[in-house]
Amino acid sequence: MAKAVVTVIGKDKPGIIAGVSKTLSDHNINILDVSQTIMSDIFTMSMLVNLALLDEEFNKLQDDLNLLGKQLTVEIHTQREEIFDAMSRV
Amino acid sequence: METTQITETINMVAEEHLDIRTVTMGISLLDTIAGTPQETAKNIYQKITTYAKNLVKVTQQIEREFGIPIANKRISVTPIALIAGKATPDEMLYYAHALDDAAKAVGVDFIGGYSALVQKGFANGDLALIKSLPRVLTETDLVMSSVNIGSTKAGINLDAIKLMGETIKAITNKSDTANAKMVVFANAVEDNPFMAGAFHGVSEADVVINVGVSGPGVVKRAIEKVKGESIQVVAETVKKTAFKITRVGQMVGALAAERLGVEFGIVDLSLAPTPARGDSVAEVLEEIGLEMVGTHGTTAALMLLNDAVKKGGVMASQRVGGLSGAFIPVSEDAGMIDAVKAGVLSLAKLEAMTAVCSVGLDMIAIPGETDATTIAAMIADEAAIGVQNNKTTAVRILPTNGAKVGDMIDYGGLLGTAPVMPVVEKSSAAFINRGGHIPAPIHSFKN
Repeated sequence: MAKAVVTVIGKDKPGIIAGVSKTLSDHNINILDVSQTIMSDIFTMSMLVNLALLDEEFNKLQDDLNLLGKQLTVEIHTQREEIFDAMSRV
Repeated sequence: METTQITETINMVAEEHLDIRTVTMGISLLDTIAGTPQETAKNIYQKITTYAKNLVKVTQQIEREFGIPIANKRISVTPIALIAGKATPDEMLYYAHALDDAAKAVGVDFIGGYSALVQKGFANGDLALIKSLPRVLTETDLVMSSVNIGSTKAGINLDAIKLMGETIKAITNKSDTANAKMVVFANAVEDNPFMAGAFHGVSEADVVINVGVSGPGVVKRAIEKVKGESIQVVAETVKKTAFKITRVGQMVGALAAERLGVEFGIVDLSLAPTPARGDSVAEVLEEIGLEMVGTHGTTAALMLLNDAVKKGGVMASQRVGGLSGAFIPVSEDAGMIDAVKAGVLSLAKLEAMTAVCSVGLDMIAIPGETDATTIAAMIADEAAIGVQNNKTTAVRILPTNGAKVGDMIDYGGLLGTAPVMPVVEKSSAAFINRGGHIPAPIHSFKN
């Protein structure tokens, strides 16, 4: 099962989680895990999501999330999970 | 998975310029040889455009999915001198244009392998290739060339060195920048993904994917965190960082090979700088504790860095190859350029540094009036370091007509900008003009 990590970094404001969740839900994507903190006004969130049904549509999801990032003026990265594992595990 | 892990990876890319420097597809051209140069050239174009058709598309998709930039997509081929055994220098242009056209058709950044291996002597194809270089390097855009003039097993071909000195001058007379596309090697490796020296050795599989990782910025940032601690802590830090960087290369390479349906070759774990600030090997050395690269201690710091990169990277990859170490090209490294401008980094020091790092005198601009035999003698010195010490060395030197010491020459893009450096003005002509062959060194009685 392919998974991706969606990270959001930027100035805190209303609607970030709502916006990201809605985009994910529009793509019929299940959120598996969420971690979120606010460090002196900077909002940081990482979401682990299930890509199983979405291999073909990865690019479309990434485009939509990038667009959302622009609207919310936050940085959104969508990356496949393997990159994070590769770096920190033997 | 921990959030710190995620943030670390994202910062490496966003702030510390972590990237995959190159995904290079190595393609054997041994099965393209036909009766005439024209037919062979046609086969070459056909084979490259068939196998590399999706190379750029696949790597771009990988960049996207993993959020890791892949700076260059490249192709390396069997040394063309072997393919063009019977050709005349003029006929060599068919091969060169076939490579250039194929590279453009598939959209890669460079194609390497316009190469000859003459460490022991010249065959017809070798001489034809070398004689064609001034035209080929100025009449094509993406073709990169290399000539191997020495090896630990065969010794050093002084005739070839003399010829290369003259060839470099002849290239300069046609173009100030074309020499950036050609490198003279001793102990060239057969699976190097980096340019200008990439070629696909005859012992390699038919088609493979080789990957070159980069990331001096990541190493520098890691060393910043151990300021003042003992030198073995620095070595450990570099090892751990090299491990992480190489893991990315391994993953990307394996995936690219799988999606392209070809074999995965090697990961070359080199610290390759780019002209961008913060992506500099010089800055890593300075972070280890040198006020400026080129000062006393530079060679020792570089030796530690080069070795720690290998040790960290070897375990992170299935198969390591290529040059694997630290690159010190002057024009491509902001810190090196600063040190040359300040008069701290000299050609003599650079030569010493090449004895302990992965390549040689790389991307160094010198005055245009430098004699061909002086350039040849520089190549001979580098070859001697490589041949005696069982390592690869290389010379990519850039004489520039009309340029004076201190002038800045722009080579464009990743090739950067180089300050013209002074060379020793006493002649080496009588040495070079002797010609012949320097015997291979003996490798017992080591002292």
